[in-house]
Amino acid sequence: MSIKVRIPQPLQKLTGGAELVEVSGSDVKSLIADLDKNFPGFKDRICDETGKVRRFINIYINDEDIRFLEGDTTKINDSDEVSIIPAIAGG
Amino acid sequence: MSYIKGLKCRECGREYPKEALYVCEYCFGSLEVTYDYEKIRKHLTKEKIENRKKNMWRYRELLPIEGEPTDGLNSGFTPLIKADNLAKVLGVKELYVKDDSVCPPTLSFKDRVVAVALSRAKELGFKTVACASTGNLANAVASHAAVAGLESYIFIPADLELGKVIGTLIYAPNLMMVEGNYDEVNRLCSEIAGKYKWAFVNINIRPYYAEGSKTYGFEIAEQLGWRTPDHLVAPCAGGSLITKIWKSFKEFHKLGFIPEVKTKMYAAQAEGCAPIVNAIKERSEIIKPVKPRTIAKSLAIGNPADGYYAMGVVKESGGWAESVTDDEIVEGIKLLASTQGIFTETAGGVTVAVTKKLIEQGVIPKNESIVISITGNGLKTQEAVQNKIGKPAKIKPTLKSFEEEVKV
Repeated sequence: MSIKVRIPQPLQKLTGGAELVEVSGSDVKSLIADLDKNFPGFKDRICDETGKVRRFINIYINDEDIRFLEGDTTKINDSDEVSIIPAIAGG
Repeated sequence: MSYIKGLKCRECGREYPKEALYVCEYCFGSLEVTYDYEKIRKHLTKEKIENRKKNMWRYRELLPIEGEPTDGLNSGFTPLIKADNLAKVLGVKELYVKDDSVCPPTLSFKDRVVAVALSRAKELGFKTVACASTGNLANAVASHAAVAGLESYIFIPADLELGKVIGTLIYAPNLMMVEGNYDEVNRLCSEIAGKYKWAFVNINIRPYYAEGSKTYGFEIAEQLGWRTPDHLVAPCAGGSLITKIWKSFKEFHKLGFIPEVKTKMYAAQAEGCAPIVNAIKERSEIIKPVKPRTIAKSLAIGNPADGYYAMGVVKESGGWAESVTDDEIVEGIKLLASTQGIFTETAGGVTVAVTKKLIEQGVIPKNESIVISITGNGLKTQEAVQNKIGKPAKIKPTLKSFEEEVKV
């Protein structure tokens, strides 16, 4: 199974400059685990010490924020596209 | 002369050079400018400020640029009005309105942040500026970029008020109307910002940009005679403004310009988009994003980037938070117009209505000083009040027709 994940600029150092990577996973948690396996250190960056996604990071599955779905237990399907995006200022 | 030390993560404290960076690579916390306050203390005095031109750059040492300011040279130093008529209606003793509905040149507080962002973007070598906007920022970036001769790319949600669209297009920027709400525009822009080497004022220039809001607070303190009010009500969208007003008061105190800051800070939002207010009222540690549904489009940010800091300021200051319905927002706009002659946009309707509510609840006492933040102009959001302010009497150009209409 392969899911496309958009990598934000501050994390592209970990992915060797790639802005789009393909990993596998059945939900957000296992996807992050697979990202960490392929790109060591990834999980520490986007999750805090308790393993929760950091509060300044937004994860979207297709166009929906996972906080409107089931958070890190949200299921992911093969054709889904995941984006990891840092919070940005108002305007 | 430069007074900037560098950038620092607001979460983990890691330090970064003063470049076009905006999030901590390690924890994704936002970066904030740090200053050499010892050096500022040596060069800046109250008297020096008072003798400078009446614009936001009179506080230049406390703003994050290295050379001389180049943009927004007439922005800021808007009136702080003693609002006695409104005070009478609300039954309070000492009430002021800080009126950025007349901030030059685009009639909102966003001229302040853009003045700093563009001055800094040029120092960093950028030739193109960009922003994601709910309208006021779009107006300000387009205007200031036109003056500076910079190319601009501006991204707005498709349902924006006509006044804000025209108020942007008049400056001939590259205007992109995105089919989606502001949070979706933001998301798109953060992807574009990663790919194109532009100065996105509220993304990669954000640490510098956001500091411009401090001038709104500096002015309040100076105009009150070098003191801060007992209570200050500020609108919250992304949550940055209230945070920076608080920072401005703290900085003035640190420099010895004002006594200890005892101001209570109040966050104001529309009921249809109140993630910060709800978290404060529910005493929750988590700010839950919402999908905005309100006429206050300039505050319609469902996923506020600075929400946690805004919440922190409210708690630290001993203030509180409140939200109001769309009808209350319209009443707030009308109340400010009928008492003080100021026509504010929906965000101003929110702060006026929230102030009224907090006074009625007894949260804000009646015998202490209060400042209401008015951050934008009503001519930009006419749709919000169009059908709620009566109609003109239509008459023929004859005395008879007039006298039939008006029973004096």
